[in-house]
Amino acid sequence: MKFDTPATKNPIDRLAVVGQPVDRIDGPLKTTGTARYAYEHHDAVAHPAYGYVVGAGIAKGTIRSMDLADAKASPGVLAIVTADNAGPLGKGDKNTALLLGGPKIEHYHQAIALVVAESFEQARSAARRIHVDYAREPGAFDLARARDSAVKPGTGKPDSAVGDFDGAFAAAAVKLDATYTTPDQSHAMMEPHASTALWDGDKLVIWTSNQMVAWGVADVAKTLGIPKEKVHLMSPFIGGGFGGKLFVRADAILAALGARAAKRPVKVALPRPLMFNNTTHRPATIQRIRLGATREGKLTAIAHESWSGDLPGGKPETAVDQTRLLYAGANRMTALRLAELDLAEANAMRAPGEAPGLMALEIAIDEMAQKLGIDPIQFRIANDTQVDPEHPERPFSKRRLIDCLNVGAEKFGWKARNPRPASTRDGRWLAGLGVAAAFRNNLVTKSGARVRLGKDGIVTVETDMTDIGTGSYTIIAQTAAEMMGVPLHRVVVRLGDSDYPVSSGSGGQWGGNSSTAGVYAACTKLREAVVAKLGLAGEAEFVDGRVRAGGRDVALADAAKGGELVAEDAMEYGDLAERYQQSTFGAHFVEVRVDAATGETRVKRMLAVCAAGRILNPKTARSQVIGAMTMGVGAALSEHLVVDRNAGFFVNHDLAGYEVPVHADIPHLDVVFLDETDPMSSPMKAKGIAELGICGVAAAVANAIHHATGIRVRDYPITLDKLLDRLPPSTDA
Amino acid sequence: MKPFTYERATSTAQAAARAASVPGAKFVAGGTNLLDLMKIEIETPAHLIDVNGLDLAKIEPTPDGGLRVGALVRNTDLAADARVRRDYPVLARALLAGASPQLRNRATTAGNLLQRTRCPYFYDPDQPCNKREPGSGCAALAGYRRMHAIVGTSDACIAAHPSDMAVAMRVLDAQVETIRADGTTRSLPLADLHRLPGSTPHLETTLDAGELVTAVVLPPPPGGVHVYRKVRDRASYAFALVSVALVRQADGSGRVALGGVAPKPWRSEEAERALASDPQAVVDGLLKDARTSPDNAFKLTLARRTLDAAIADARSSR
Repeated sequence: MKFDTPATKNPIDRLAVVGQPVDRIDGPLKTTGTARYAYEHHDAVAHPAYGYVVGAGIAKGTIRSMDLADAKASPGVLAIVTADNAGPLGKGDKNTALLLGGPKIEHYHQAIALVVAESFEQARSAARRIHVDYAREPGAFDLARARDSAVKPGTGKPDSAVGDFDGAFAAAAVKLDATYTTPDQSHAMMEPHASTALWDGDKLVIWTSNQMVAWGVADVAKTLGIPKEKVHLMSPFIGGGFGGKLFVRADAILAALGARAAKRPVKVALPRPLMFNNTTHRPATIQRIRLGATREGKLTAIAHESWSGDLPGGKPETAVDQTRLLYAGANRMTALRLAELDLAEANAMRAPGEAPGLMALEIAIDEMAQKLGIDPIQFRIANDTQVDPEHPERPFSKRRLIDCLNVGAEKFGWKARNPRPASTRDGRWLAGLGVAAAFRNNLVTKSGARVRLGKDGIVTVETDMTDIGTGSYTIIAQTAAEMMGVPLHRVVVRLGDSDYPVSSGSGGQWGGNSSTAGVYAACTKLREAVVAKLGLAGEAEFVDGRVRAGGRDVALADAAKGGELVAEDAMEYGDLAERYQQSTFGAHFVEVRVDAATGETRVKRMLAVCAAGRILNPKTARSQVIGAMTMGVGAALSEHLVVDRNAGFFVNHDLAGYEVPVHADIPHLDVVFLDETDPMSSPMKAKGIAELGICGVAAAVANAIHHATGIRVRDYPITLDKLLDRLPPSTDA
Repeated sequence: MKPFTYERATSTAQAAARAASVPGAKFVAGGTNLLDLMKIEIETPAHLIDVNGLDLAKIEPTPDGGLRVGALVRNTDLAADARVRRDYPVLARALLAGASPQLRNRATTAGNLLQRTRCPYFYDPDQPCNKREPGSGCAALAGYRRMHAIVGTSDACIAAHPSDMAVAMRVLDAQVETIRADGTTRSLPLADLHRLPGSTPHLETTLDAGELVTAVVLPPPPGGVHVYRKVRDRASYAFALVSVALVRQADGSGRVALGGVAPKPWRSEEAERALASDPQAVVDGLLKDARTSPDNAFKLTLARRTLDAAIADARSSR
């Protein structure tokens, strides 16, 4: 089915099931521990061997020699896989560094061996007995130092320019020119990267925790040098991904190689201390923003440049993307520059581009509003645009940023805010309110599904879509229930299996809308099959387990009396996304307290108002947004992969040193979804929501800290040491 | 994990004797730190002596009006004890500022004192660390040291002691009771339990081989207002950047110990004489030999401001 004209009235609009805040259908499996994750397929693999990954102890150089004798002689060891004995390996299309390194080492903790043993403990112990002699080489680890060597990347659209930025900026009555930095960050999801692999002849069966099943199949096949048809990849449950599991990682490849070497099923989970340097991370950025405005508060010039680093062959963090679309302004330019760094691979993490980009841009907007003496909400409203500023003939499909700001201001009590910074005291605390706009593009992508109607009237959906904790199972079930006119409990959803039709997968907040649209397509086909089977004529209505058409009223299950009906289809997209800019919008409001003596910042309350098309399930959508807001607080206040610039690695590589927010950090969170449908996005009229929730949060926190203290911090995270010297004298505390 | 043998101690004397005579023996109680370190082979005991069955889990009054806290009293129980809450609130507050409820349920009094540093380089076997592997060097000196000590350090080690409880016990003049391998017992001031790193950072205490901590004795309640102020990057479950344990009397005099700045709880009885007249002189005295780096120099300012805040807290709660 092709979606190339705006959606009109369709069966989803009934909203009998879709749009309802139903509990997640996989909830009981998870709360009872019966949802099987990649490391837990004990039913299918009764006696696996255990693999333990050895990471390189240097950042850059070569392995001179590797002595495996002690490890091989350790109790229980079945096999040791290294680059020496693994046979020829390719590199996945989505990987920058090799997943099994050696003799060349590209980054710290790059996998250099897998020890396979009878037990996990034996494998771990033997792994410590591999003796490696390295020849170290100097590397580049410091983005600030590498900034001048950064180049224009060869892929994507690194530069944009409209009008005459330089002229307009020079002539602007009020100017801002500020540089911001965001640090390297880690996904730090709860479930580590994990895989269980077994060989059935020349066919690989692998359970792995991966957001993108079809990409996974392709890259496993390419890396191992086997046909894609010989890879059966399953990822039915995923304990968090945040982009860290978009790509095949070392656990999957090494589990496959380990199983081949040991002639046994093998399971591998990355130990937590390995995750931060072995896998991908969100790279640090340096961002320079220049804004020019009239005294009345109209932006006339907007420039955003961003520098980031990655391994050779890597990609830039696209931190300027939102700046091309968020505010009006006739003269504008953006630029991305990429430096080579020998840290672990930089890649996507929740809202790549926008998340770090808005961390900078939305402070800059706050700073400009302050310079102009205009309320930061009013300044944003005054510079709203309903069209793509680079292509004014191209409107936004739906853009309700102003509504988000106004609704939020009303609900959060913005009017009572004294605009003067450092004006409000609450005992020992300095109190402040901050706001930021949220913006994230809405991506739609082809997604397929197969739907079965059983003799018993049960509707079964099969698609390789994944549920990374987002609620995919539930919204897909809601979609099928709505389309086929059956209650939710009459729908079975099967996900994350490469035997099923290829879906959008989970990433870039495209999965919810795209995968349900694919189910819509398949259900549309199944409805046609049902109507034909029942010999009905005219417009059919599917409600309450019945099919009504042309004055007849038949049980849906009757259509499958003679045998299961199966329909498969995919939703594909025309050029609506080119003709209309599709984005999601929101406004984040944050109230903070900053300890006047110590500079400790604690968030007091937060509100997000989101305009993101139809909300398919307000309950799971809210979970996404509050989770993202929590992650945004981490970005603002504590999350920071610290680079050891001598040794070349992220030092704080565990959950004690990489501080994500804990419960005590997260106070009252509130989320409002504006009632909206976007007929340009898909027949679901929905858009993404899971990444919008993090976009702008950190800047709202930063702006609240500024409002509380009068101190403008442009380097994240905003830890107390960056405030301490500028706080009021502590004897006044 | 290296294979090890295991036994349950039958008495404190037997435990101490065995620990001294069996090569590579270590005591295990709560295991919250030791077991983690064993899994990654930073600790590799050949033999574990499990002391959990010993009768060391009581909190008892001492004849002079103090409290004897058994070595096996769990942090949760100590923090909840009515006498501790009433007479030594600085200790209860310090305990509750540490770790998480789950860890406090397991962690013991002696184990908390003897826990090892949280320096990230100590935990990474691919990095040099004089504490983990004497003579290998110190990666932190030229690396990331925001969380590290600024006083009492050496060119061999700048690791900070992570305990909150110990800082409060230090300000309370706690004594540590032990039994040695030969069966004799002794009592030493907590101030003398931990060593500074010097050139031997792997030696962290003054305990003899096999010597078992049996109790911590708190002298009679010092009175005054008690404050434990822990400053950290997130609201819970993080080690202190700086902490201040303060016992302040009505006339403004009192005692101060700092956490997060040194390889042991940091207190100077001489410096704190100035508490009533010039609180900043107390910090000046405590941190006079500080050696900082750009990423931890803020601790100098933070210690001053945190003491001010603690004094303000004490004033307002009188």
